[in-house]
Amino acid sequence: MGGIGAPEHLIVNGKRLDGRKFDELRPIKIKVGAVPNADGSASIEQGETKITVGVYGPREVFPRHMAKADRAHLNVIYDMAAFSTPERARPGPSRRSTEISKVIADSLAPAIFLEKYPKTAIDVYIEVTNANAGTRAAAICAASVAIADAGIEMRDLVTSVASGKADGELVLDLFQPEDNFGEADMPLAIMPRTNEITLLQMDGDLNRDEIKKLVEMSIKACQKIYGIQKLALKEKYETEKVGIEESEPAAQGGK
Amino acid sequence: MAAQIKPYLAALLQKKLREEGRGLNDYRKIEVEINPLASSAGSARVKIGSTEVLVGVKLDVGEPFPDTPNEGVLIGNAELVPMASPDFEPGPPKPESIEIARVIDRGIRESHAIDMQKMVIKEGEKVWMVNFDVYPINHDGNLLDAGALGAIIALMNARFPKYDEKAGRVKYTELTKEKLPMTEIPIMTTFGKLSGTIFVDPTKREGDVMDTRLSITTLESEKASSMQKGGFGTFTKDDVLQMFDLAVEKGKELRKLLKQATSKA
Repeated sequence: MGGIGAPEHLIVNGKRLDGRKFDELRPIKIKVGAVPNADGSASIEQGETKITVGVYGPREVFPRHMAKADRAHLNVIYDMAAFSTPERARPGPSRRSTEISKVIADSLAPAIFLEKYPKTAIDVYIEVTNANAGTRAAAICAASVAIADAGIEMRDLVTSVASGKADGELVLDLFQPEDNFGEADMPLAIMPRTNEITLLQMDGDLNRDEIKKLVEMSIKACQKIYGIQKLALKEKYETEKVGIEESEPAAQGGK
Repeated sequence: MAAQIKPYLAALLQKKLREEGRGLNDYRKIEVEINPLASSAGSARVKIGSTEVLVGVKLDVGEPFPDTPNEGVLIGNAELVPMASPDFEPGPPKPESIEIARVIDRGIRESHAIDMQKMVIKEGEKVWMVNFDVYPINHDGNLLDAGALGAIIALMNARFPKYDEKAGRVKYTELTKEKLPMTEIPIMTTFGKLSGTIFVDPTKREGDVMDTRLSITTLESEKASSMQKGGFGTFTKDDVLQMFDLAVEKGKELRKLLKQATSKA
């Protein structure tokens, strides 16, 4: 640990600086239908990390030469709003955001029946409005819900969480001080029905045993988040069902 | 083309065979040349089979980042020049080349292979900036491992240029005998997975059709300093642990090869 603004410790009296236990997630809220213009959308709040995702498609591919004869082109754009970080972030793509867009696409693709939508594009636009670590993981959780909301056929949702090491302890769902000053950061995504890993990155310093424990801890947490994702989807569509039931008697009454 | 060779390569790998006759866990032949480029502070040519990359290290003096005033600066880059493959196009960097550059950079950065605190000339004002640039000469797969190996070799063999402190000028052509303060030899090993079979060092043909990829950078202490999954497929937890063990083993092999090459140079 070190650097400007580094707290003296990341773990105090067996607890993290925000009071969480080592294997405790931040509070997570997912809402389906955050962008009415989009074919599918979702927003997620995970602690102070706040992200909105809009999905358009399957639709015509632009530029046209990106079209694939046998499957859909999955286009993911991860963008951080200028006001999402303490210091203003320069708008537009960066090398970091370009790489994150790519690894998010790689993590979502295994869950989507891309082969059912040849010659089309599925555009997934991710806007980070407030960043407090774990943005790619939260973006994946929201994006897979948004893709489902768009009615695109999927094998499963994709669920993700970033874990790591802070003051020598293995901790789940890093927040900013742990992300900045911790010893390791490991985002992981799975398809929760089979626990197949669709995203795995790591920076820092981990031995075999630590990697094993973090993978296990992350998979367990993803199963919890999966429940929140499913509930968010049910909430939207159950409301819509109630809406139809209410409107039916009214329609009959008009006869 | 890719659709036609996929079932053939999948069947071959299933039988634990590769097109060049090597085993699933073998690298192709690796050749290393140290400091082939006189204009660089350090350089390396690495061949893995017919994949060839050149890496050059440049040292300069500049301002440190505001959040690390007492550390030098490391910047890694990869230019996938159209010369090296019919698949590369001219123009601004594509996501693939940005990913390659960033994954190689992280493997070295996160292992703290260079003691950056020893790269300070005046705290908060002047530090050494280390740039390494990876250029593929011929792309036949696994540019990640070739580039990472080239980068660490070029860094280990780089020498500081003279620095005129009064004039504030670096004399790029006058190299001193002083080497970079290296503390680690991080080694990246990249695995492919096709139809359930995991293998080391994918060729271009394997890389084009494989389902997914995992790169693991390991250290002498048998720890990992970075990992990166790519591609549209998946891995299981057991796959990851199996690849970790193999990466540690391959890291030892490549580190030995690298030390032999360096001692001859």
